[in-house]
Amino acid sequence: MTETARRLQEDDKTTRRQVGATLASPAVAMPGPNAPVWDDAANERERRQARIRQVATRGVLYVTATFFALFAALPFAWMILTVFKQNTDLYDPNRNPVLFNDPPTLGNITFLFERTEYATFARNTLVVAVLVVLVTLIGAVPAAYSLSRLAGRWGEGLGIAIFLVYLVPPTLLFIPLSRVVADLGLRNTWWAMVLVYPTFTIPFCTWLLMGFFKSIPRDIEEQAMIDGYSRLGAIWRTVLPVSVPGLLTVVVFSFALTMHEFVYALAFVTSSHQKTISIGVTTELIRGDVFFWQSLMAAAAIVAIPIALLYNLFLDRFIAGFTLGAVKG
Amino acid sequence: MAVVEVRELSKRFDGVAAVDGIDLASTDGEFLVLLGPSGCGKTTLLRMIGGLEPPTDGDILIGGRVVTNLPPRARQIAMVFQSYALYPHMTVYNNIAFPLKAAKLPKAEQTRRVAWAAGILGIEGFLDRKPRQLSGGQRQRVALARALVREPTVFLLDEPLSNLDAQRRASARDELQGFQRRVGTTTIYVTHDQVEAMGMGDRIAVMEQGRIRQVGTPHEIYDEPADTFVATFLGSPPMNLIPDAASGELLGFRPEHFIPWEAGMGNDWVRFPYHVHRTEYLGAERLLYGEVGEAKAVARFPANSDINTEIGSTTDYAVRRNDLKRFHPETGLRLDRPTNGRQP
Ligand SMILES: Nc1ncnc2c1ncn2[C@@H]1O[C@H](COP(=O)(O)OP(=O)(O)OP(=O)(O)O)[C@@H](O)[C@H]1O
Ligand SMILES: [Mg+2]
Repeated sequence: MTETARRLQEDDKTTRRQVGATLASPAVAMPGPNAPVWDDAANERERRQARIRQVATRGVLYVTATFFALFAALPFAWMILTVFKQNTDLYDPNRNPVLFNDPPTLGNITFLFERTEYATFARNTLVVAVLVVLVTLIGAVPAAYSLSRLAGRWGEGLGIAIFLVYLVPPTLLFIPLSRVVADLGLRNTWWAMVLVYPTFTIPFCTWLLMGFFKSIPRDIEEQAMIDGYSRLGAIWRTVLPVSVPGLLTVVVFSFALTMHEFVYALAFVTSSHQKTISIGVTTELIRGDVFFWQSLMAAAAIVAIPIALLYNLFLDRFIAGFTLGAVKG
Repeated sequence: MAVVEVRELSKRFDGVAAVDGIDLASTDGEFLVLLGPSGCGKTTLLRMIGGLEPPTDGDILIGGRVVTNLPPRARQIAMVFQSYALYPHMTVYNNIAFPLKAAKLPKAEQTRRVAWAAGILGIEGFLDRKPRQLSGGQRQRVALARALVREPTVFLLDEPLSNLDAQRRASARDELQGFQRRVGTTTIYVTHDQVEAMGMGDRIAVMEQGRIRQVGTPHEIYDEPADTFVATFLGSPPMNLIPDAASGELLGFRPEHFIPWEAGMGNDWVRFPYHVHRTEYLGAERLLYGEVGEAKAVARFPANSDINTEIGSTTDYAVRRNDLKRFHPETGLRLDRPTNGRQP
């Protein structure tokens, strides 16, 4: 007997006992229309059918999910496969592309670290990303808070206007911005990116957080003020902790935007040791018409894997963040 | 404990007065109910007392001290919102301890006080839970415990029972009042439910459109209404108002004081011809709907009384002279009462 079946039988016994008790009490003389039928065979049959239906539904679900998982994982798998291939194996069209016909090699990865400034790119990327995230938080949190708490249509309208700024393409904006960068003496340093990236992360994140803050009842803040805090203290202790999913979304999102930004990086930085990964890899591993495919893939995989793990860690909150922003924004 | 007083208090939103020059003072330890229809400014008044809404005009005094321009945290008050406003990210324990943390009390003292407040409200069992794991009634008690824990000078309660179902509300009303009596803290309680107001209040302030119509004990409010608004807002069905052809005044009387005229009813009874066109049986009582002249009038009897008035008939009914209230036909103000029930 399976565990479930045993439990079901036990449930059945309890029901019977309870029904017995009810029947014994004089107040309820007649069993209602829902009184259980004492036909064990019929019960057993019904139970088995329900079980089969359940298994079938599960099966369809798993097959579909597996299909989509494989579909999504394919480029990633291809990337990993390529990283460890030798040139002869990769470029010979007569060989089976999904197998290692020559033994796998780590040479492409060592090439990346020894013959290019990949480590520097990675470090620059990390530094820029962390700084951009900080600047974004410092800018977007107060902006979103005040906009979402502004009475009337004004707050909403301004929020949307700010979001529109995000939609202006960098391919246009880099022209005026290059003047700003030059005048500030930031040309050809990664500081240019720390300055420029918040111009798109802050608008987007402000809009995202506005949706969040709006969904937080004012009561909580006011209660905290009654309970003895100033407005700032109340925000710090109630609004921010409650919007942790939103803040996490902002962190992950501005981090990711920073990592894959290309146009500004290309426009403002030329010397190798100031480059970030997105631009460094593509400029240094594509020389003329020679593509260092394996090292390109390795460069991508090395940053993609930690990010993927990070996303997974916060997946639930991340989704909550986005859907909430979407509905209430 | 303290007296709360507001003087000439007004609040305008975009030029529209939500609270319109209110004068009101509680007594020490009193349970004062603000009663009025939706949108009459009860919440706005309460929020101004709490310091959450800056008044447009006037002054607020708590314990004799002017607090009009002080922030909420300087007022030593506790407030329970209609939504309870529990902190969703904190356990019940931390919710209750929150005001104590704000006051920077030592940890041991915090623990002691939380245990005390939780004990009074019977919520020791779920101090480790988060608010979303509680029922409506339990949430309400947590909110009260949090209000209680810092021993405030005043409680401000904004419709704290409106989220509960009818049954739970009756027992919560009982608990809340018992609790207030025990701690003896001045309490201002907002509601639009007259049963709550009548049952709980030491005094009731009836509000309409940002003004106070009458302040008094439940008896005074019900038996001696200051104007036709108060007369018809309280009681269900409300007071009957019949124009008196002789004096031109409005005569008001409660449905339960309106009974069939019998020979032998002397000079202290006033007779009306009553045309009945509908009757309603409500279990405990019976209502007759009909007219006196042109004006609608309702009579109410215990269900087991043997009144036998036929539908469609016109019979003589009577009201004891003492139970007749006289109102001005235009202003609606009470004419037969020296003070008019208004606060100075
Ligand atoms: N922040 C605000 N901005 C503009 N008008 C407001 C604001 N708050 C309240 N009002 C208006 O002031 C009036 C009184 O509102 P208030 O919330 O005090 O009523 P209430 O008596 O508490 O009603 P209810 O019983 O429905 O809670 C209403 O007409 C309302 O529309
Ligand atoms: Mg209200």
